[in-house]
Amino acid sequence: MQNMNFWERVLFLLQQYGPSFLRGVWVTMVIAIVGTLIGCIIGFAVGVVQTIPTDRKKRPLHWALMGIARFLLNAYVEIFRGTPMMVQAMFIYYGLAMGGINLGMWEAAFLIVSINTGAYMAETVRGGILSIDPGQTEGAKAIGMNHVQTMTSVILPQALRNIMPQIGNNLIINIKDTCVLNVIGTVELYFAANSVAGARYTYFEAFTIAMILYFVLTFTCSRLLRWWESRMDGPDSYELYDLSTTDTLAHTTGLYSYPRRPKAGNQNLDIRDGGR
Amino acid sequence: MAEEILQVQHLSKSFGSNQVLKDVDFQVHTGDVTCIIGASGSGKSTLLRCINLLEAPTGGEILFHGESILHGKLDASAYRAKVGMVFQSFNLFNNMTVLDNCMVGQVKVLKRSREEARQTAMSFLEKVGMAPYINAKPRQISGGQKQRVAIARALAMGPEVLLFDEPTSALDPEMVGEVLSVMRDLASSGLTMLVVTHEMGFARDVAKEVVFMDNGVIAEHGDPETIFTRPSQPRTQEFLSRYLER
Ligand SMILES: Nc1ncnc2c1ncn2[C@@H]1O[C@H](COP(=O)(O)OP(=O)(O)O)[C@@H](O)[C@H]1O
Ligand SMILES: [Mg+2]
Repeated sequence: MQNMNFWERVLFLLQQYGPSFLRGVWVTMVIAIVGTLIGCIIGFAVGVVQTIPTDRKKRPLHWALMGIARFLLNAYVEIFRGTPMMVQAMFIYYGLAMGGINLGMWEAAFLIVSINTGAYMAETVRGGILSIDPGQTEGAKAIGMNHVQTMTSVILPQALRNIMPQIGNNLIINIKDTCVLNVIGTVELYFAANSVAGARYTYFEAFTIAMILYFVLTFTCSRLLRWWESRMDGPDSYELYDLSTTDTLAHTTGLYSYPRRPKAGNQNLDIRDGGR
Repeated sequence: MAEEILQVQHLSKSFGSNQVLKDVDFQVHTGDVTCIIGASGSGKSTLLRCINLLEAPTGGEILFHGESILHGKLDASAYRAKVGMVFQSFNLFNNMTVLDNCMVGQVKVLKRSREEARQTAMSFLEKVGMAPYINAKPRQISGGQKQRVAIARALAMGPEVLLFDEPTSALDPEMVGEVLSVMRDLASSGLTMLVVTHEMGFARDVAKEVVFMDNGVIAEHGDPETIFTRPSQPRTQEFLSRYLER
């Protein structure tokens, strides 16, 4: 190894330790994807509860219970947004171990990433729900839809579409931030690179590989999510249903094409980067 | 005389210390078109929203077929399905196609089968001239077309009364006609309608009764002939003269 140049050493590491890196990529991606999905479910549940309308005068018991639930959920959100994920990992892992619960690598990783993502998503979902035009709710109420029907059919689908960029953002952050789980012994990509580096004393080479792999993972995911978002928007144009019955009132006909909605780019809803 | 389908009695509504409706009293008869006119801020929208239970009145009574909708054991959803509302800003569901907008309430609220809902939706979309556009999303059609879809959506629920809150005020002038022509057809088909409007020509031709609101009270009401040609109140005259000048 002494007489190889830099790229030869990188290639050598890939040949020797390729399976270790691949296993690291696999563990990182599974934790990031599962953690983001469960985190989104938690986030939606918390965000929905936080936006349930209450009426102190008409339903005092409901109002009081909701008040308590909201307080607890706010505490959850603030605590998990306000502490580093690495510290949470140590706290939860060793805390549960003290109580006699020894989590496996996967359970521990899913638990920590999910509740952390859930805390961030809760605020994003709440903001996403509140940002939907109140006219949408009124339109639903005016045809007799109740709160649950209004949420599931009208509000949440629109909120989900609007916060898709934030969900993607969370996935990307989770791909990168699973590396802090090495403190509880999760063998993800950072752990794998570090082991390889230590075994051969090739830190620069091993972490060059890790850099490239992390970037390929995040870049691929962000492109896939963007493609999925535009699929959710549906086609830009629509076919007239039956050309023999044109709109006689507006005297228009033909195939209509309207500009795609502006891309939700830099929405400052909830920036997590560097936050933990 | 036709039955009184809606009776509004001594209705009042305050937002904090701002009293927006003061002792409002009037009736809507089955099969009639009643138009509410008045300056902006006089409480017309608030009145309609109280009737549709989108706002809770602070006093008075609203009766539907003689029964209280405020104090009885009324199911708000069932009542709202019978009293439709068309908004100034359309409020079509942005995540659904034109057809789904007209089906979702039938399926979820009235528990109709999808097939039945689809047929009902199509028949009303045809009536308002929007059948060709069933696959479009609201963002892909014009304001006048959106309002016609909103009318079809309300009609698909089989309402006994339809409330309109300035249905043409958000439209470009060239689209006002298409919506008014749909509303004229509905009126002549015998639908009971309560219409807040600034379209005086429509009110004059179509209304059985015109209600003039001023500052939270009904200043004057009567048949259109009387209100538009010889109103008894100076403030009605003043309001109308501002409109007729334009
Ligand atoms: N949600 C609300 N909160 C406080 N004030 C309101 C609210 N809605 C309406 N108002 C007030 O009530 C008055 C009447 O409004 P509105 O019924 O919309 O009048 P119109 O439809 O005749 O223009 C206005 O002064 C308005 O500012
Ligand atoms: Mg108004």
